[in-house]
Amino acid sequence: MVQILLQNLANAVSLGSLYALIAIGYTMVYGIIRLINFAHGDVFMFALYVVYYGAVIFFLPWPLAVLVSIILTVILAVTIERFAYRPLRTAPKLSVLISAIGVSFFLESLATVIFGGLPKSFPAPDFFNGVNTIGGVAIPNVTIVIPIVAFVCLAGLVYIIEHTKTGMAMRAVSRDYTASRLMAIDVDRTVTLTFVIGSALAAIGGVLWGIRYTQIVPLMGVMPGLKCFIAAVIGGIGNIKGAMLGGFLLGFLEIFLVGLMPSLTGYRDAFAFIALILILLVRPQGLLGAQVTDKV
Amino acid sequence: MKLSRNTLLALAAIVVALVVVFFARPLLGQFWFGIFTLAGIFVTLALGLNLINGFTGLFSLGHAGFMAVGAYTVAICTMSPDAKKQNFFLEPMNPLLAGIQTPFWVALILGTAVAALAAWLVAIPALRLRDDYLAIATLGFGEIIRVVFSNTQSITNGAQGLIRIPTETNVWWSWCIAILMIVFMVRLVGSSFGRSLKAIRDDEVAAEAMGINLYRTKITSFVIGSAMAGLGGGLLAGFLGSIDPKMFNFLYTFNIVLIIVLGGLGSISGSVIAAVVITFGMEWLRFLDGSVEAFGYKISGVPGLRMVVFSALLLAVVLFWREGLMGKNELTPDYVKRRFGRKPKVAAATASASTTSKKGDADA
Repeated sequence: MVQILLQNLANAVSLGSLYALIAIGYTMVYGIIRLINFAHGDVFMFALYVVYYGAVIFFLPWPLAVLVSIILTVILAVTIERFAYRPLRTAPKLSVLISAIGVSFFLESLATVIFGGLPKSFPAPDFFNGVNTIGGVAIPNVTIVIPIVAFVCLAGLVYIIEHTKTGMAMRAVSRDYTASRLMAIDVDRTVTLTFVIGSALAAIGGVLWGIRYTQIVPLMGVMPGLKCFIAAVIGGIGNIKGAMLGGFLLGFLEIFLVGLMPSLTGYRDAFAFIALILILLVRPQGLLGAQVTDKV
Repeated sequence: MKLSRNTLLALAAIVVALVVVFFARPLLGQFWFGIFTLAGIFVTLALGLNLINGFTGLFSLGHAGFMAVGAYTVAICTMSPDAKKQNFFLEPMNPLLAGIQTPFWVALILGTAVAALAAWLVAIPALRLRDDYLAIATLGFGEIIRVVFSNTQSITNGAQGLIRIPTETNVWWSWCIAILMIVFMVRLVGSSFGRSLKAIRDDEVAAEAMGINLYRTKITSFVIGSAMAGLGGGLLAGFLGSIDPKMFNFLYTFNIVLIIVLGGLGSISGSVIAAVVITFGMEWLRFLDGSVEAFGYKISGVPGLRMVVFSALLLAVVLFWREGLMGKNELTPDYVKRRFGRKPKVAAATASASTTSKKGDADA
C-alpha cells in the first residue's frame, strides 16, 4: 500500500512539473494581453516533432536536437504572435480568441499533413530509462530528472520576473497596458519576450513529456494544452507562482484519483474540467490571484 | 390584410426555397443531393451558435456537446428494440430505454428538449462567467459530455457508438426545419427580446441600466441556441445513421464557428449562406485529401490538407475581413440596393456623410 502510494507520488510530482512548465506559457500570455493562447498546446507538440526530426532523420546529437527544437519553437511562437495576434490587439476579444483557435487548428492539421497521423516514438538517450529502486519503488531516472529540470527553469523564471528590468516591464504591462506605454516601456517587445519565455518553457516541458510518455502524435498538444490552461486558472491566471501551484495540484489530482479509484479511469480527462468549473464558481480569481474589480 | 413588401418577398423566398428543395435531387445528382441535405442541418446548427455568439456576444464553444445530446436522444428514441439489442453486445441496455421506440418527430422534439435542459444546467453556473472564461467553461462542458457518453455503456453504448439508427432525415426534414428556424430567428431577433440580446452584446452595463435582466436574458439565449444545436444534432443522427462520442469533438464546434464568422457574427442570412458554402466547400475540397498534381509533382493523398485550408480560411477571415460576408446586415432588398445598386449622387453623399459622422461618434 505504501509502495503504491509512493509510486503515485513520484508520478504525480513528475506530471505536475510538466503541467507547471506548460501552464506558465498560458498564464504569462494571459497576464499581458488577456488572451487564451489556444495555440500554446500545439507549440508544445511542434517542439517534440523538431527533436524527433533532428535526432532521428538528421542524425543530430540529442542535446543539439533539443537546442534546435527550443530555438525553432521560440521562432514559431513569436511568428504566431506577430502575424495572428498583434494585428488584432485593438479588435474585440472574440476576434482574437477565434484567431487563436484558428492558429491552433492550423498547426494541428498542418502537423497531420507534414508529420503524418501515425504515432512516432520519441528518441531519448538511454540514461533516462535507467531505473532506480528506492524503498522498494521502481522509479525511472526520467521521473527524477523532470522535477529537477522544472525546478531550475521555474526558479530562473521567478528571478527574471522579480529581479530584472525586463521582468519589471512585464509586470508593468500586465498591470496596466496603457500606462506602461506612457512610461516608455516598449510594449511590443515585452509581449514578444513573453512569448519567447513561454514557448521556451513549453519546448523544455515538451521534451521532458516526450521522454516520459515516449509516443508523439500531431494532436498530442490538445489535451495537455487545455489542462495546463485550467491549471493556470486554478492557480490564478496571470500569476506565475499560481500556475506552478495549479500545475502541481492538477497533476496530483489526476494521478491520485485514478490511482486510488481505478473505476474512474475513463473519466480521467474530465477531472480537469470539473476542477475548472468548481474553481470558477467558488473562487473565480484562482487560488493565488488577486481580487480584480471590473472597471466599467 | 395588407402585407408589407418585405413580408411578401420573404414568403416568395420561402416558396422559391421549397421549389429548389423539390427539384434538388435531379438538379444536383445523388451525391451532391446528400450534401444539400447536410447543408440544411448546418443552417440550423449555425443559427443556434450565431444566436449565442453573434447576437448575444457570449462565446460558447460547447456546441458539439449539445449536438451530441440531441443526436443520442434521437438515436435512442428511434432505434427499434432489435437494433438496440444488436448494438449493445458488451453490456445490455438499460431496460427502461431498451423498450422505447417513438416516431422521428417525437424523437426530434425530445432531443431538442433534452439538449435545452442540459444547456440550462450548464448555463446556471457557466453564465456567471464572462468572455474567455465562458469560452473555456463551455468547451469544458462539451468535453465532459463527450467523456460521459464514452463511459455510460448501458445508455449510450460507450465508445462503440450506435449504428443502425433509422435514417429518417431526408431533404424535407432538414430544409423545412432550416426554413422554420430562419423564420424563428428573424422573428426572435426583431422582437424586444432580440433587441435586448443585441443590447447585451453591445454594452452589458448600459443594457443592465436599461432594465434588462442580464443573467436571465443570457440564459434564455444560451438555452435556445443550444436547443437548436440539439435539434441539428438529432437531424444529423437521422442523416448519418451511426454516431459515436468521438465524432462530436471540438472539430464540429470549430466548423460551425467558421461558418458564423465567415457569414458575419450577428447576421442570419450570412449564416445561412456560409453554412451552404462551407458544407459544399468541405465536400468539394475532398480532392485535396486524395492525390493532387501540383507543379509537376504528384502529391498522393494528403489526409488532413482540407483542414489546413479551412483553418487558414478562418484565420484569413478573422485577420483581414473581420465583418465576414454580411457583417451584422441582413440580405434584405434595402441592403442589396444600398450595397450593389447605383447610388444617386446626393444619396451617396449623405450616406458617406452619415458614415463619417458615425465614425466620429465611435471615436468619441
